[in-house]
Amino acid sequence: MYNSIVLVKQVPDTTNISGQVMKEDGTVNRSKLPAIFNFEDRVALEFALQVKDRCGGKVIAVTMGPPRASDVLRECLYMGADEAYLITDRKFAGADTLATSYVLSEAIKKIGSADLIFAGRQAIDGDTAQVGPQTAEKLGIPQITYVEEILDISERTVRVKKKIDGGYEILESQLPVLLTVLKDAAEPRPFSAKRLMAYKGAKSLLELEKLAEGNSLLYTDKLVYEYKNRSLFIPTLTAEDLHIDVARCGIKGSPTKVYEVESVVLTGSKPMRFENSKAGMLSLVDMLMEDRILG
Amino acid sequence: MPNYFLDNPDILFHFNTFDLKEVVAITEDDYTQSREFSYAPTQYEDAMGNYRKVLEVVGDLAGNFIAPRAAGVDHEGATFANGRVTYAEGTRKNLRQLSQADLMGMILPRKYGGLNFPFTIYMMTVEMLSRADASLMNIFGLQDIGDTIRKFGNEGQRMEFLPKISSGEHTGAMALTEPDAGSDLQAVKLHAYQNEQGAWFLRGMKRFITNGNAQVLLVLARSEPGTKDGRGLSLFVCHHDKTVKIRRIENKLGIHGSPTCELQFNDTPAQLVGSRRFGLIKYVLDLMYRARMGVSAQALGISQAAYEEALKYARERRQFGKAIADIPVISNMLIDMRVTLESNRSLFYSTTQCVDVKEKLEDKIEKMKGEGKSVAEETARLKHITKVANLLTPLSKYMLAECSNRITYDALQIHGGTGYMKEFHVEQLARDARITNIYEGTSQLQIVAASGGVINDVLGEMFEAKEKREYKGGLTRLANHLKEIRRLFLDSLKYVVDKKDTGFQDVAAKDLVEMYGSLYTGYLLLDEAEIEPRKVFIANRYIVTALAQARRNAEAIRGELFGDLLHASKILQ
Repeated sequence: MYNSIVLVKQVPDTTNISGQVMKEDGTVNRSKLPAIFNFEDRVALEFALQVKDRCGGKVIAVTMGPPRASDVLRECLYMGADEAYLITDRKFAGADTLATSYVLSEAIKKIGSADLIFAGRQAIDGDTAQVGPQTAEKLGIPQITYVEEILDISERTVRVKKKIDGGYEILESQLPVLLTVLKDAAEPRPFSAKRLMAYKGAKSLLELEKLAEGNSLLYTDKLVYEYKNRSLFIPTLTAEDLHIDVARCGIKGSPTKVYEVESVVLTGSKPMRFENSKAGMLSLVDMLMEDRILG
Repeated sequence: MPNYFLDNPDILFHFNTFDLKEVVAITEDDYTQSREFSYAPTQYEDAMGNYRKVLEVVGDLAGNFIAPRAAGVDHEGATFANGRVTYAEGTRKNLRQLSQADLMGMILPRKYGGLNFPFTIYMMTVEMLSRADASLMNIFGLQDIGDTIRKFGNEGQRMEFLPKISSGEHTGAMALTEPDAGSDLQAVKLHAYQNEQGAWFLRGMKRFITNGNAQVLLVLARSEPGTKDGRGLSLFVCHHDKTVKIRRIENKLGIHGSPTCELQFNDTPAQLVGSRRFGLIKYVLDLMYRARMGVSAQALGISQAAYEEALKYARERRQFGKAIADIPVISNMLIDMRVTLESNRSLFYSTTQCVDVKEKLEDKIEKMKGEGKSVAEETARLKHITKVANLLTPLSKYMLAECSNRITYDALQIHGGTGYMKEFHVEQLARDARITNIYEGTSQLQIVAASGGVINDVLGEMFEAKEKREYKGGLTRLANHLKEIRRLFLDSLKYVVDKKDTGFQDVAAKDLVEMYGSLYTGYLLLDEAEIEPRKVFIANRYIVTALAQARRNAEAIRGELFGDLLHASKILQ
């Protein structure tokens, strides 16, 4: 039996950017983009579920994000996660990878011990690939990034295949360990129809508060009690719950500043033509080698 | 990221207009099941919300996972070696995902691991999966043999076979046909016998068995020695153990992902399902409703795929300085295809809802009888709805399968020379469609099955009522066309009946069934046109075409087109 925690993130869907979501200055209006489950995090969840299928144990999904991030947590439940935690607080807003990994590591300590922590390699909105590794650092546990496959897991050791340039490495680590996984490493399972129907009404504390605000007959405490009883409560952790140093959270705790965003368009200065022949091809190869594009 | 549920406005239109209140209330035991199962709905809106969410999952699986694998499945096909069948890699992945999504027992009760969904929602799933990969339907769609075991088997059999079907661990097959018993199932010979302890065994051959490699086999066998007809046949269920040999699989024109097996039963232990002698005349007939609808859904899915291919190609392909879609002859073909497709869908989902009501009423009556309640009212309703279902089921199968052949034919035609090449998907669709009007009863047999209801005018009262009502302004003309079709039908029917020539009647049945079918479909489209303005176009082209066609049908009958049948031997010499 191995317990896993999976770090997941809700990201703007940048795969289909239409005219409506482009602002006049050419930047993307994020609020107009549909929010989706970061794909590599789905693969991470699939890894955790496969470990559970093989060896038993529990899978807990965790996300830090705004209230609407509970959408991805519900999707984690549809796929097979046993529990899902929402880490949310206005104080967490604007966090860079340092502040995010600090909050996540504190949340993991609070949630409890995990043998394996999984995360996607990176999220499609920031592409930093930092949060997983930094979380491992803060927890003081080993990490293996770019994992393609779990080869074996026995006793307190895991053996994995890690992708490297031009090949792979086989690495072994003691548990607990944090693994970040690649997009093609596994095909995430579809939502289970039964779980989808069972958990479609799962709600976080914030969603229940909103429900209670809109109806004078409802009280948050009662709702939480009722949703917990029906296993439909998504536990919610705030800065207060985590007893953490708020100076290290959110925008305050984030030394990373985006200085400028530039759209770089690569264009050839002088187009060249090569003969459609063996000689032409060889001269193209020569030229590419000279420019150190090849070789 | 195409989602075959969300990208298809016509499917959404039908989903949004479904009326399954009665069906869901019965199958959910008035929503009391929600006390026992966390995933059971608490009320009708909740149920419909569930179905929608699950259909979205199906649409995603179909569009983004199954469709991209279809060409590979067609190319690789199911293979046979050393007595074992292996599915194509894509098929295996498809089945694994469908099992993970809990979709392998959609209409089976929750108690046996199923989703307890209405038949109609299951059929919508089959339509979308068939659009992605028609051959997958032949495996996926066999989950409903589980429903035959549920209905007619005993509790021990249900517990033994159903949970593993629901989980996807086992698939099923219907072993009905034999070398000398294809369309004519009364001629089935496979021998069922009992030992001294009363245990049953099967011995003999079955041929053309779709998914015959399945772990659970429903087998039609002759249990009454000395009998020659359907009344000597019983239905059995057995595990595919080592006594069942797969002798070969067929090399087919299409649906390559679906293995078609020849099976040899060598004293295979089996269990009787229900009562002896009712195998064909009750259980197989019941199973046929769902099997025929499954093939109709398959045909519809293929039609949708072919139409999409044709439209996409016609918009991209430029000739004579413009997209060929803008050439009137081509756009006319595309409109014909679209109108056929949408009218097919209307007929199809009207039929699935009718079958749903029939099946749920049967369950309800069984239950009420068990509680000692009076069932007179329900029985009378069931009697009528069964007649309608008996008409609509073969009618749908006939219409949808024939139309699927027409649509794939036209879709290939629009592609021109490229359509004939393997590189384009449309040739696969044309091959896959070709089986739909052959198996689960050929089109000719569907006409025979539908003709009883047509000759007895079982929808007569419904048509009378429709003729009396007023339609919105612009639709009056179309309503009058339908009245005209009905007049032509009744005249032709009288002519055929008065003639008292069974040979003539058998041949003329095709024209009568077509007229009756277009009349029913025409009214469905007229009703749709009242609530959705775009559907006026569909109703218009469909009904105007149907009137022209009905005139042709009537002329064929009254003009004694079939008079030369008497001279067949001379003409064909």
